[in-house]
Amino acid sequence: MTQALVNVPAKAKRGEVIEIKTLISHPMETGYRHDTNGAPIPRDIIHTFVARYNGEEVFRADLHPAIAANPFITFFTLASESGVIELTWTPDHGEPVTQKANITVE
Amino acid sequence: MLGNDSEKATRRHFLAVAGGVALAPLLLRSARATPDTMGAAIREVVGEAPVREGKIALELPPLVENGNAVPMTVTVESPMTAAEYVKRIHVFNEKNPQPVIATFHLGPRAGKAKVSTRVRLADSQKVVAIAELSDGSFWSASADMIVTLAACLEESP
Repeated sequence: MTQALVNVPAKAKRGEVIEIKTLISHPMETGYRHDTNGAPIPRDIIHTFVARYNGEEVFRADLHPAIAANPFITFFTLASESGVIELTWTPDHGEPVTQKANITVE
Repeated sequence: MLGNDSEKATRRHFLAVAGGVALAPLLLRSARATPDTMGAAIREVVGEAPVREGKIALELPPLVENGNAVPMTVTVESPMTAAEYVKRIHVFNEKNPQPVIATFHLGPRAGKAKVSTRVRLADSQKVVAIAELSDGSFWSASADMIVTLAACLEESP
């Protein structure tokens, strides 16, 4: 199973710039390697990562095979209101993985 | 004489390009991005716009033992207001199989234009980060890296 870890502060002051740290387990198979029989191993990477804050897209990353296995991404966003930060990773194969975190803004 | 020289240079250039094309299929397995393909990938993003140095900082360790997971942080100087913000950050490399590493899309809502991740580097090479600002200007920074153990392009065991 693909596992995602996210670190979003539970509480923030209105207007504060908060850091969001994310990590997901994924091999990020480049498509440039070969197995023991010499057959190419097909590419399987997470190609898109999107962060939404109460439904509004606040950060997006287009990823390529040069991103290390188990992609680790950190970015910043403005704590505007209480709600949900939703993070979605989309792989080449299989279903997108979504992780949600609640934030309380005072 | 002058014309002759430039003609020679053109022919030499043509032969080099033709040779490269002819050899490409033979070298497919070890095919790599080159400074030229990186330049072309950058042109695809910036178009004809000038790319100036500054405003952006690219942090990478100068020497890494293992190219499989190299920590990278890109920071752009910007007030991040509705009027003036960073739209995108593009990261390129010279010698991986593909010249593009990642594109990060930001907006005025980011508050701070700073992104960190971990990258793969197939060889000692130059990494270039380009910031695309809301006014349409492009700013770049580069880092030269020495990688002692390259990211796995070799066969798996």
